[in-house]
Amino acid sequence: MSVKKKDSAPAPVDYARAEVNAKLTAKQKIRFLAEMLRIRRFEQTALKYYNQGKMGGFLHLYIGQEAVAVGTVLLMGKNDHVITAYRDHGHALAVGMSMNECMAELLGKATGCSRGKGGSMHFFAPDKNYWGGHGIVAGQTPLGLGLAYGLKYKGLKGCCLCYMGDGAVNQGVYHESLNLAALWKLPVIYIIENNQYSMGTSLERSSAMRSRLAERADGYGIAWDIADGEDLYEVRAKTWNAMQRAYEDSLPMVLEIDTYRYYGHSVADANAKKYRSADEIERYKTNHDPIRLWRKRLIDEGVITDAKADELDESIKEEAAAAAQFALDSEDPAPETIFQDVYWEVDNATEAGQTGRHFFGD
Amino acid sequence: MALITYRKALNEALAEEIIRDENVVIIGEEVARYNGAYKVTEGLWERFGDKRVVDAPISEAGFIGMGIGASMLGVRPVLELMFWSFAYVAWDQIINNAGQVRYMSGGLINCPIVIRGPANGGTNVGATHSHTPENAIANTPGLKVVCPATAYDAKGLMKAAIRDNDPVCVMENTFLYGETWEVPEEEYVIPLGVADIKREGTDISLIAHGRAVITALKAAEILEAEYNIHAEVLDLRSIRPLDEEAILATVRKTHRVVLVDENKPFCGVSAQIAATIQEKAFDDLDAPVQRVCSLDAPAIYSPALEPLQLPTPDRVVKKALDIC
Repeated sequence: MSVKKKDSAPAPVDYARAEVNAKLTAKQKIRFLAEMLRIRRFEQTALKYYNQGKMGGFLHLYIGQEAVAVGTVLLMGKNDHVITAYRDHGHALAVGMSMNECMAELLGKATGCSRGKGGSMHFFAPDKNYWGGHGIVAGQTPLGLGLAYGLKYKGLKGCCLCYMGDGAVNQGVYHESLNLAALWKLPVIYIIENNQYSMGTSLERSSAMRSRLAERADGYGIAWDIADGEDLYEVRAKTWNAMQRAYEDSLPMVLEIDTYRYYGHSVADANAKKYRSADEIERYKTNHDPIRLWRKRLIDEGVITDAKADELDESIKEEAAAAAQFALDSEDPAPETIFQDVYWEVDNATEAGQTGRHFFGD
Repeated sequence: MALITYRKALNEALAEEIIRDENVVIIGEEVARYNGAYKVTEGLWERFGDKRVVDAPISEAGFIGMGIGASMLGVRPVLELMFWSFAYVAWDQIINNAGQVRYMSGGLINCPIVIRGPANGGTNVGATHSHTPENAIANTPGLKVVCPATAYDAKGLMKAAIRDNDPVCVMENTFLYGETWEVPEEEYVIPLGVADIKREGTDISLIAHGRAVITALKAAEILEAEYNIHAEVLDLRSIRPLDEEAILATVRKTHRVVLVDENKPFCGVSAQIAATIQEKAFDDLDAPVQRVCSLDAPAIYSPALEPLQLPTPDRVVKKALDIC
């Protein structure tokens, strides 16, 4: 595809009319609002307990980026898979993980999705085709490729949505993955969630490019596109196109979605307000908030009323509060679980799991 | 029993497992049309075709990470590293992804992959190509690592590794590829975590893995012929899981130990074995545990000097005589 030039920008497209959006029911549209609100209220609740010292480690909040996860993940069919980096709460909730298991994981409880072994950056739900939650920048990019390889190897029509931040494009393994994806025609869609900052370093200070990060795909002969992450309809339409390409032609694609995070790289990011201005953050919150915009759109379309939207929001706040209570009330993992979930063969007490010593030091 | 090379034994193991399980796929640099840089995969592409034997570009992190991802959907990739020394460019994928994904997912995921290739010094290729990272792999709970010393073990361990539902690293040896041993015609599998006494003895135990086993066997011959010392040679075969009982049993039998290890001494596999022996068989020892490792400097190129850097039978004999 060609690079968009400012002086020849096409007239705005109404993505509500795109094929994947035109037949959406009111119920579906309201569900998108609900799913975005679930992410936001979950994280706001998590933040409260993080600040109270109830959680360890890092907490990378997704707030501001909700339309990306909801706009993409909810397009998945049974042979579509998803994998992401450490800012993973949004995708986890969007695939249908419960707030309870996610909140309990944040508190390191036995009832957490990873039994308290993964924490914020490492949520998993293979039964929902959700393969994490990965802590090392771009480390998940070849895994996403492998999920696509697995689909193709087994002759299944599906794709892998592999998410990454704008900072991840500068890791070598992403480029190795792009090369392999193109070389072997693997149905992986790399979704760059461009929130403009790789930790505290702005896009301009970290990435060389002609016009867009996704454009680097040109070097591998991979198609690419960009999407406005504050417009749920556009995110859905662009992602759907990429998915069709993966299904029909088993081809990869790079989709760069412009978005913005309101909080720091993580909550522990003390410089959150030094590398960007408070005005910038406020501008995004006021004019570009994906939830606010979607809610307004649904009201304008007559799909929901203000009162109903408030009611929905309240019920989700209650769900988040209940999840926090569930997590607080849950038991810590038992010390003996430290040695569980290391080796499959040991966990399953197979012959292979019982020959030789697997653990040392006592 | 047929006399076949270590290389051929590995080749047979791979072929048999490709036939046995439709999910087994071999991926690596030059494994298909080139027949393998060290010819371990010779003829497999011709026999099994593009789907089962796949030439990868020079992207170890990319194709190993890809193999890990594919294994999550039930594919069982056998990933060849032309040298284990090249693993370092894929370290994040091997250690963080293959090694940790089961734990971090609370046991929801397992990663049935094999990563294999030669890991040895001594071939005059300089320090970058001469690493023996079995100690580093064994230091990562979640990974398994085996170092076969004979064709028989190479075949049996490779088949066990492919059938294992956890990530297994198989470290081979370029010196051994062309050596021959007797290997049975009928199928067999050697479980991981079971050591093997390669030579019975009563006076001293030489404990080793990989090619150091061959060095230890040569030393044992010299000790017998020239000094009437009957050395027992225990081949660990598998580093993690480790056959601790076999180690303690030979120590209790001979009361003297020399550990022979092509790792560097600092935090090498033998350091762990020594710690285990002093912890659990201290009263059975009649002398301090001795070690013969690679000399503690990067692998030197000089063909004149490099043979001195690896454990040699003479160095083993000398250490043995120190405590006998």
